[in-house]
Amino acid sequence: MSDTSIIVDTIGKRYRLGGAEANDSLRSRLGQLVRRTKAKPDDSFWALDEISFSAKQGETIGIIGRNGAGKSTLLKVLSRITSPTRGRVEIHGRVGCLLEVGTGFHPELSGRDNVFLNGTILGMKRSEIRRHFDEIVAFAEVEKFIDTPVKHYSSGMYLRLAFAVAAHLQPEILIVDEVLAVGDARFQKKCLDKMEDVSRHGRTVLFVSHNMPSVTRLCPRTILLDKGRVLADGPSHDVVSAYLRGGLGTTAERTWATDRPGNEIANLHAARVVDESGAPRDAMDIRKRIGIQIEYEVTKSGHVLVPNFHCFNEEGACVFVAVDTSTEGQHCPKEPGIYSTVAWIPANFLSEGTIVVNIALSTMDPVVVHFHERDAVAFQVVDSLTGDSARGVYAGPMPGVVRPMLDWATTRAVRDR
Amino acid sequence: MLVNRDGGPLPAVKDDGATPVRPITPREVTVIVPSPGWASLQLGQVWKYRELLAFLAWRDIKVRYKQTYFGVAWAVLQPLFMMLVFSLFFGRFAKLPSDGLPYPLFTLCALLPWQLFQYSLSQSSNSLVKSESLIKKVYFPRLVIPIAAVIDGMVDFGVALLLLIAMMFFYGFTPTLNIVFLPLFVLLATLAALSVGVWLSALNVKYRDVRYTVPFLTQLWMFATPVAYSSSIVPEKWRWAYGLNPMVGVVEGFRWALLGRGSPLSTSTYGAVGGVAVLLFFGLAYFRRMEAHFADVV
Repeated sequence: MSDTSIIVDTIGKRYRLGGAEANDSLRSRLGQLVRRTKAKPDDSFWALDEISFSAKQGETIGIIGRNGAGKSTLLKVLSRITSPTRGRVEIHGRVGCLLEVGTGFHPELSGRDNVFLNGTILGMKRSEIRRHFDEIVAFAEVEKFIDTPVKHYSSGMYLRLAFAVAAHLQPEILIVDEVLAVGDARFQKKCLDKMEDVSRHGRTVLFVSHNMPSVTRLCPRTILLDKGRVLADGPSHDVVSAYLRGGLGTTAERTWATDRPGNEIANLHAARVVDESGAPRDAMDIRKRIGIQIEYEVTKSGHVLVPNFHCFNEEGACVFVAVDTSTEGQHCPKEPGIYSTVAWIPANFLSEGTIVVNIALSTMDPVVVHFHERDAVAFQVVDSLTGDSARGVYAGPMPGVVRPMLDWATTRAVRDR
Repeated sequence: MLVNRDGGPLPAVKDDGATPVRPITPREVTVIVPSPGWASLQLGQVWKYRELLAFLAWRDIKVRYKQTYFGVAWAVLQPLFMMLVFSLFFGRFAKLPSDGLPYPLFTLCALLPWQLFQYSLSQSSNSLVKSESLIKKVYFPRLVIPIAAVIDGMVDFGVALLLLIAMMFFYGFTPTLNIVFLPLFVLLATLAALSVGVWLSALNVKYRDVRYTVPFLTQLWMFATPVAYSSSIVPEKWRWAYGLNPMVGVVEGFRWALLGRGSPLSTSTYGAVGGVAVLLFFGLAYFRRMEAHFADVV
């Protein structure tokens, strides 16, 4: 196909455990020669194991996975830094590879010299660098210091210059490893814009990152690696939330057919996270309301039953606890039957990331907990870059447990007093 | 019937791929397969990366004497002091024969190619390990690194050559036409350094023992090279073995090209060219074989 840019066909990469030192020192090699023994054959592992995927021209693909899942090895194979043990890769087009910014920068050389040196190392032609030189310097905002040795640069200036060179690399295929974590917030935004720009020009981008929000924002498609294998490959929102849920085994919707949590008074039938149309969803838009819905059965009359939810974020911090505060919820005893309760989390309230929900049903006076299901459901809050969420036009990482949309107003203070 | 935007019928889509939907722009296709072991030398790849080669050599040259007080004068001071010490001990005290030439000139003429060789050899041997960060982060033919390291040594040589020319004037030597062959012997010295350098640099990636071997090796090698003495003191029956050392041919070639002593096409020259060719060929082959794993082991 003419518009395929990368075909990865069942590649594998084997490493020897213990690295080079274990049995490769000259002395042990000589020893092996003398004793005629061979290195043990089983002390190796597959860092990549039967990886296959293909990328179309112009696609931006995120690659995620835990440490040691094989992400970096995959990038190294694709960028020809190391060769695979088996399999085949076909790449159509010039490859630009950013496994690190500032590769080959020499502290004693001036900024100008380093731009040329680093550009050449990254695969640019000298004429190309000359053409973009002013642009690069302006992008890095180091015009005044361009003839100063970079060892006198501040770390911010150094990184900005390094990234500026990389950002002006114009390959047909760009392989990027976690280099966006440089510089201040404003500069990060510039870099993200530059990357989006790259993919918009019909270039293929492979982007490895630990930063899930930036993966979901930049890449429509994501590949999840685990133990050297492709665990999932699909739309980023699905893959990222699958990855984040990985350790919990929790989804946006759960039903209990048997062994229902509960007691002789009430039990839980189902719990789900729903969007405004009532459909269960894993990935929720930060700008929309999020509904947490439960279905439960009341088997004994005469009790006031109050549903309550406990929301935790990825770090395990409790974001909030919500209790049914409606009049009927708080004060009216329920008759036997099946009930459905939904609580709406306001739009522009939660921060980006995964939220895990514990679901409980209690009687408050005296306190009796009828069921309390930990990690019942989970969902992911996804921010957008369109500028109408609480992050505005800022694109970098934004800490905080919540991300409320506030009312902002500025008035001009009286000048002469 | 399916129609496209302009109202015309959609072209039939063949699935044999013979009619591409959009025009194919000629793009370079890279195929990555497991390293085949003894690969072809692929010197064309190095040529493709010649700009990088030039930049790496240029960087080494440029930072060479940064933050030094004497700067590039070091390139003159080193052979100058070696010459003085050799002249005093070997020329004056030990009275080693110098083929009828003034001893300082005799030894300086050999020190120049020797130091070029020694420097280039040790630089290229350590080059891959020193460029670890590059090797782990960017692809390019790794051969570029030891070659760039060898080129670096040329600058010092060029500067030191000025000292030799001054010395020749001092002793009243006018160069003969033989001097046009000098570049060939410079090239031979450089290739000799490279031929050993590619072996050692590739070995050094895996076995850091090389780092400790190189200074020792070059020291021994200097005694096997007619730097401080004339090759005429080597017994005739051992000459053939002596000639296997490429640097014998280089040093004798230098003395012939600059001072007009001896003949250029003695057995030692053939020995040098042949020895370098064999070492270089197998060195490059070994280098290529190891290249694919440099990033994993370095």
